[in-house]
Amino acid sequence: MLQMAHIKKIYRTELVETHALRELSVSVTEGEFVAVTGASGSGKTTFLNIAGLLESFEHGTYLLDGRDVSRLNDDERSAYRNQKIGFIFQSFNLIPDLDLFDNVDVPLRYRKMPAGERKERIENALETVGLASRMKHIPSQLSGGQQQRVAIARALAGDPRILLADEPTGNLDSTMAHQVMDLLEQIHSGGTTIVMVTHDPDLANRAERNIHLLDGRVSAGEATQLSQGTLQTVHA
Amino acid sequence: MFKYNLKLAIKSMRRNPIMTGLMVAAIAVGIGVSMTTLTVHYMMSGNPIPEKSDVLLAVTLDSWDPLRAFDEDYPERAPHQLTFHDAERLVALGKARRQTAMFESSLIIEPLNDDGLPFEAGARVTHSDFFSMFNVLFIYGSAWDKAADAAAEPVVVLTRKLNERLFGGIDSTGKRLTMGNTQFQVVGVIDTWEPTPRFFDPINGGFREVNEMFIPYSLTRILELDSNGSDWGWKSEDIQSFEQWLNSETSWIQYFIELDSPRDRKEYVAHLNDYVREQKRLGRFERPMNNNIYDVMEWMEYHEVVANDAKVLLGLSFMFLLVCLLSTIALLLTKFIGKTAEISLRRALGASRKMVFEQQIVEVGIIGLSGGLIGLLLATLGLQGIKYLYDAQAGLVRLDWVMTFTAIGIAIVSGILAGLYPAWRVCRIPPAAQLKTQ
Repeated sequence: MLQMAHIKKIYRTELVETHALRELSVSVTEGEFVAVTGASGSGKTTFLNIAGLLESFEHGTYLLDGRDVSRLNDDERSAYRNQKIGFIFQSFNLIPDLDLFDNVDVPLRYRKMPAGERKERIENALETVGLASRMKHIPSQLSGGQQQRVAIARALAGDPRILLADEPTGNLDSTMAHQVMDLLEQIHSGGTTIVMVTHDPDLANRAERNIHLLDGRVSAGEATQLSQGTLQTVHA
Repeated sequence: MFKYNLKLAIKSMRRNPIMTGLMVAAIAVGIGVSMTTLTVHYMMSGNPIPEKSDVLLAVTLDSWDPLRAFDEDYPERAPHQLTFHDAERLVALGKARRQTAMFESSLIIEPLNDDGLPFEAGARVTHSDFFSMFNVLFIYGSAWDKAADAAAEPVVVLTRKLNERLFGGIDSTGKRLTMGNTQFQVVGVIDTWEPTPRFFDPINGGFREVNEMFIPYSLTRILELDSNGSDWGWKSEDIQSFEQWLNSETSWIQYFIELDSPRDRKEYVAHLNDYVREQKRLGRFERPMNNNIYDVMEWMEYHEVVANDAKVLLGLSFMFLLVCLLSTIALLLTKFIGKTAEISLRRALGASRKMVFEQQIVEVGIIGLSGGLIGLLLATLGLQGIKYLYDAQAGLVRLDWVMTFTAIGIAIVSGILAGLYPAWRVCRIPPAAQLKTQ
């Protein structure tokens, strides 16, 4: 599903170069639920942005759902992102003056889907996250947990091949965080591939596999584990 | 997608009504000012009689001082008007399909009943061909005929306005009016006629109203009608009588002809030259041969009907529109920068740069359209102001359909132009820009 090999990402300013990812190689198979952990500045978000085609990279190759996305232009990346990837963000990123229906509708609009099909998908997605009855509410009328469920519905509505979640419970209290995790597990049990960035070891333990990043690389311990052949998915 | 972008645009405009209002106001004021001046300019420079403007021709003959040109700045130009006797003679020769000599005068109209008061009304003293040459439409009666021209019959054609004042707007043909101790019979009433500019007499004001009535040219001699218009003389002449005035070298008669086609111009100029050669033999026309005819648009250009200061004002008003648009650009940049997070999210969810650009352009298009519609109202007010201040002809300050659609078009195009740079800036926002910090 997701195969990165020797990815490098350097942020440059006039004064300094920051190596965010150094020869990162990661592979995620279809249907997996992978947690990516690491300290602040370890490259988790950069990895997720590159995985989600939100940022480019300097070196290496990246295959997403069997297609080499390294050389896609901006329009092609937008279209591929729209069709293949669902995003869940830490701060929900809902559009405040659109109601839930219209928020979930956003990625479908860019797919130029017929109105009837969009409506059906939106209703199903909101039903899945338990918010079908609040379709006409605006985000500020919901709790944080509910807002994150709307964001999950938005990600699901497009029927993505992979869900990328960046600290999806980071802004939630523990009760709501567990509810959201339950929902992600439910979605995963339906066969959706999920890659989740998190600080929280408890949440990370609920994933099938953890990848720990350190200074833009997969940590040495994990590499050792790989060398023993327990999980043939991570390379540093 | 357009409908969706429209919905987003309206939401976005509502999100910050003060800023939206400022942008609409900036465009509206710019459009209002520029459309006011553009309308006046457009009306000034329009073709007042497009169906015949190339076959109606003003005639000039150079009967001026042999020692200096009529206009030192334009030495090639002959006097704008003819002498009375030259005009009278050319009409008598009648070489054109139609011809008319004319000048402005005025007469005192005696009251029709005992409690009324006499009043002065402007008159155009002309030939019967005037009406058919210039496509003047009648609501009652018709023009007087050639026999009335020849016999100097005291007949009059009224404008609709004067007919309403005198007779309450009824069919007044056959009724009598006393003017200057002479009884005139009304033979016709013309419909409202506002050629803009007043092409047949730009010399005495291209944007004045049409004279209130028309009487035969042949009455000039009998009633000793004075001209209210401009006259030019170069020769020191001892004028003791009206007849001497009519036979003087003073130029005060406007002369128009109608030819069958533009091809006949050369032939008519040859006829003028023959006439002048004949006059030269009589000791007149001592200057080199310089006889010309000008079609309507050439005649407007000749008299600079659209004054240079009107052109400068038009330029200034569009400069003002530009300043308004620059203000709008600044406001749009501020507004669009405030939308960075939303744009970033939309890009992440699959919107291409083109889609984001289109969304912003629809929004600025609506702002432009709103500004244009309000600007139209302001332009209407501005034109009314000009009419009030300068007593301008109604036709000069009317926003017709062409100008209305032009105003809306300019407003939308201006709005979109103002939005191009901010929209381009905003669609360059990388998709990952603010997803983490929102």
